[in-house]
Amino acid sequence: MTNEDRRRKLDRLGVLFVLALIGAALIVPPLTLATPADSPFHISTYAVSLMGKYLCYALLAVALDLVWGYCGILSLGHAAFFTLGGYAMGMYLMRQIGARGVYANPLLPDFMVFLNWKSLPLTWWGFEHFAYAGIMAILVPGFLAFAFGWFAFRSRVTGVYLSIITQAMTYALMLAFFRNNMGFGGNNGLTDFKDILGYPVQSHATRALLFSASALALAAGYWLCRSLVASKFGKVIVAIRDAESRTRFLGYRVERYKLLIFVISAMLAGLAGALYVPQVGIINPSEFAPTNSIEAVIWVAVGGRGTLVGAALGALLVNFGKTIFTSALPDDWLFALGALFVLVTLFLPEGVLGLMLRARLRLRRDRSARSVPSAAE
Amino acid sequence: MSAVPLTSSILYLDGVTVTFEGYRALRGLSLTLAPGEMRAIIGPNGAGKTTMMDVVTGKTKPDSGEVFFAGTHDLTKLDEASIAELGIGRKFQKPTVFENHTVEDNLLIALKAPRSTLATLFARADARGQAELEDILKLIQLAEFRSKAAGSLSHGQKQWLELGMLLAQNPKLLLVDEPAAGMTDAETAQTAELLRNIALDHSVIVVEHDMEFVRNLAAKVTVLHEGAVLAEGSIEDVSADPRVIETYLGR
Repeated sequence: MTNEDRRRKLDRLGVLFVLALIGAALIVPPLTLATPADSPFHISTYAVSLMGKYLCYALLAVALDLVWGYCGILSLGHAAFFTLGGYAMGMYLMRQIGARGVYANPLLPDFMVFLNWKSLPLTWWGFEHFAYAGIMAILVPGFLAFAFGWFAFRSRVTGVYLSIITQAMTYALMLAFFRNNMGFGGNNGLTDFKDILGYPVQSHATRALLFSASALALAAGYWLCRSLVASKFGKVIVAIRDAESRTRFLGYRVERYKLLIFVISAMLAGLAGALYVPQVGIINPSEFAPTNSIEAVIWVAVGGRGTLVGAALGALLVNFGKTIFTSALPDDWLFALGALFVLVTLFLPEGVLGLMLRARLRLRRDRSARSVPSAAE
Repeated sequence: MSAVPLTSSILYLDGVTVTFEGYRALRGLSLTLAPGEMRAIIGPNGAGKTTMMDVVTGKTKPDSGEVFFAGTHDLTKLDEASIAELGIGRKFQKPTVFENHTVEDNLLIALKAPRSTLATLFARADARGQAELEDILKLIQLAEFRSKAAGSLSHGQKQWLELGMLLAQNPKLLLVDEPAAGMTDAETAQTAELLRNIALDHSVIVVEHDMEFVRNLAAKVTVLHEGAVLAEGSIEDVSADPRVIETYLGR
């Protein structure tokens, strides 16, 4: 019965998680905007932005856990979807700068003027509209995931081979975006943002609202994934993870299920990236770097794969650790991260959350065994 | 694919040849199964029993020969999922149930229902499916273990769950690979009874090593040897056949 217990426990944790996020979304803006700076309840804008950034990472981790934890697709290229979503938002923010750029060109972003371009490339059309950029932030990653998954899953590429080609995908995108003639700002990327929806992107109020938006997006993203994995579709997804060919012999077209879950996950990652960029104020090709995708995998592993809540917690924990660690020993972070991954894989295969759940269940079993000795198994 | 049935048999194999890197696993295998029939297939290791199942379920494509299901469907041109959808269910030699799912969820996933992603995404529990699930749980005697993880079942119980999953697909033809392997004598007898029950309203092919088990099934027997049919008939006839004794039983 432990499986059922575990799922019930996870669901209850999930409800708490969503409530906590909604609570944070409601309480953080007044705490940062309406309290005096010396109040013990005051939260600095720096802290708000930092937490907002972590929440975007957490959404990326949840998206990754959906494919890795539940469908066994170890994507080492999920940062690509995140970054593409970020670029879509960045393009909107660039278009909002208008004539306030260094070259004061009302239509073209500075880097295009610098490259001596005369007209706006087709890829940039429509990005002056927030809604269009928002839709693109989700559709473009979704489309890439569809195109990639269509070929990979139909050819039955699985396991480590699939992981390697996802890694190759993000690496190829990084090299492509580094080129100036791609038209996305080359290695400088997109930055110097001014306004979002008419509000200054740097202001305290905007930062606080972006934090709230990230918290709500994470809550909604989590809830979507939770509903997916609880449905019959989710059961088939897990069946594919555990015995792919068996599922195929039951008449399920495994490649289509994988494709759908991969596309949904990529879209969520894109949403996370779109929320991330206005909070950090820059997006450049280094976000496509393979290490970013691997780092996301580590968040999920640390938190506990196949738990969704754990993935989010893992992202928050590791990034909090990273912030502290990199200010103390900036050069050693990658070693610490590598060591963390090895240690978690060896000693905590179910992650922090799995350990907690196990401890709680054992505690309860002990307690019930003591109270009703005859009914104990 | 023609609409007029070419044969009246549920399964028709003619001259099927399969070669793996020079090794001829099937050499012109021909076999027909009448609707509603249960057939036991025996033969020594390497006789081509599993390869035959692979061909019928679309896992392996034959080099030559014809494979027809219900006289109209050319199985050599279809993939695993389409063949499963046509109504051919397969039970593997090693029980492969979904270990992390409960017994009930294993059956739910197997239950005959539209297999498209969207249909599955918006699937709701329905009374008819639930009733069918209850019937199967009772037939395979796992009703009391319904909410247990399948991975925690005994070997014999896993085999029955597999048979239950096969039934849940409501197939027209069942292919059952060594259902009694690794079972205790009591479990073996129970499995034979379960299969006889299933054969009341399904066509069944059982591949088996255990002669005692085959005797229990009371079915027509086909003996395979080196990728072709060596003998066919009742278990008594077959075990009296000198060629069978020489190549298989005698060892």
